[in-house]
Amino acid sequence: MQPFSGLALLLRALQGQRSWQPQWRKAQPRPAYDALIVGGGGHGLGAAYYLAREHGMHHVAVLEKGWIGGGNTGRNTTIIRSNYLFPESAALYDHALKFWQDLAQALNYNVMFSPRGVMMLAHTVHDAQVFKRHVHANRAAGVDNEWLTPQQAKAFCPPLNIGDIRYPVLGAALQRRGGTARHDAVAWGYARAADALGVDIIENCEVTGVLRAADGRVEGVRTTRGEIRAPRVGVAAAGHTSVIMQMAGVKVPLESYPLQALVSEPVKPVFPCVVMSNTIHAYISQSDKGELVIGAGTDAYTSYTQRGGLHITSHALEAICELFPMFRRLRMLRSWGGIVDVTPDRSPIIAKTPVPGLYVNCGWGTGGFKATPGSAHVFAWTIARDEPHPLNAPFTLERFRDGALIDEAAAAAVAH
Amino acid sequence: MLLIDCPYCGERPEPEFAYGGQAHVARPARPAEASDEAWADYLYFRRNTRGLHAERWRHIRGCGRFFNALRDTRTDHFLGTYKIGAPPPPLADT
Ligand SMILES: Cc1cc2nc3c(=O)[nH]c(=O)nc-3n(C[C@H](O)[C@H](O)[C@H](O)COP(=O)(O)OP(=O)(O)OC[C@H]3O[C@@H](n4cnc5c(N)ncnc54)[C@H](O)[C@@H]3O)c2cc1C
Ligand SMILES: [Zn+2]
Repeated sequence: MQPFSGLALLLRALQGQRSWQPQWRKAQPRPAYDALIVGGGGHGLGAAYYLAREHGMHHVAVLEKGWIGGGNTGRNTTIIRSNYLFPESAALYDHALKFWQDLAQALNYNVMFSPRGVMMLAHTVHDAQVFKRHVHANRAAGVDNEWLTPQQAKAFCPPLNIGDIRYPVLGAALQRRGGTARHDAVAWGYARAADALGVDIIENCEVTGVLRAADGRVEGVRTTRGEIRAPRVGVAAAGHTSVIMQMAGVKVPLESYPLQALVSEPVKPVFPCVVMSNTIHAYISQSDKGELVIGAGTDAYTSYTQRGGLHITSHALEAICELFPMFRRLRMLRSWGGIVDVTPDRSPIIAKTPVPGLYVNCGWGTGGFKATPGSAHVFAWTIARDEPHPLNAPFTLERFRDGALIDEAAAAAVAH
Repeated sequence: MLLIDCPYCGERPEPEFAYGGQAHVARPARPAEASDEAWADYLYFRRNTRGLHAERWRHIRGCGRFFNALRDTRTDHFLGTYKIGAPPPPLADT
């Protein structure tokens, strides 16, 4: 691996920047590995990296049906925060938030983590009560989150309209350590670092079947590039998890919905933070390129099409225009959709499955980018030791049978 | 935006409808005797089919009635709609 540094950039500039090598090998599948990861998003690539880095498992491959980061990792609005209600969730998301703080140094890759503050707007009495409850619960759990009056919210984000609007801003919850990161860089940074530790990153390789031994254990997978054997298989396939788990005969409590986002034409820096409004479905920040990155709510129906209805994105834009009137004349450049895997309690599943050797990391739904490093870290632990890390121990498949839900859905009362 | 064929009112735009999830999910017949697994299945586990999906819709901003539809979740193409109580067309993976 060629390390990145200011000096390296300077020295290679003298050679016209022509001496850079590809950041990871184009690996061909080998017949067998110690572990396979299905899905080359941030969670899968990160898990492969931590398997090699922390558990000494270098004989690992990541199988990706398209290109790495082409799933939700490369389609999301990159909001990072950890102010979830329940102690289990706050601990898991905060584990990730701590990784974000020095991830660029750890990977020697600029993931552009920018803790510019995430402000969640309250528009109804119910919102205000729920957010205050979150603020207090987070404080008790040692996670920063503060309540702002409308005037304080406007001081933090001057473009915000707290005046006479249909759903007035009654206050906001602010997590100052929250922010954004560069989504592609997360996939590429993990891929490059994992590759340097010997991990094979195999693109254009779709898993089409799960191989099981006579005793039921996982033996590997069938792919569009042949059979690949391994005693451990970790699935991190987001919206397609149900499809893959079905190949192994494992039921998962997921429904896959389209979630859309869009970006505007680039403008000068005008927007200082991240603003989320769960109630009127609008999520906004400004990228370093200058584009406003805008997220919408999910479409109403399950689908695998990676596209959704225009009325959903225009609904989000109506909310943005009302909250930030100065954006009314901006043009939108691109819009797209991703397929998000939603659990009944809106909490993820990072767990062993009834099939020995098969592990799953899914159910991140509309909000798993923020969790990428922490999730990948505990998933690698789970695969390497065949037992959960204490932080993901509550996030089992069995919790739906046992009634031990981690009900962030009820806690937020809306999509998040 | 989907164009949805309400069996009572005809084709209407998607915002007139509410989605009701997988169709033909039956509540355990003897609730007191159902195992934890059976309850979890009923409450939380859906097929999440990639392909032909039998699903409920309600024409909430129209006639208000529930009906079922058969849709391909790979394309969002509707193969048809049918009334509640009618059996799913044989194509459906239910
Ligand atoms: C529009 C949008 C906005 C979002 N905004 C936010 C946000 O602001 N903050 C936040 O925290 N989260 C957000 N999310 C959610 C977040 O993107 C995801 O939870 C997270 O990126 C999931 O990462 P992953 O690595 O698990 O999945 P992915 O990045 O989707 O990776 C899964 C990979 O598996 C591959 N795959 C699928 N089937 C197979 C197969 N059979 N064989 C091989 N490979 C396969 C896919 O091609 C894909 O690359 C958003 C999502 C969307 C769609
Ligand atoms: Zn009708």
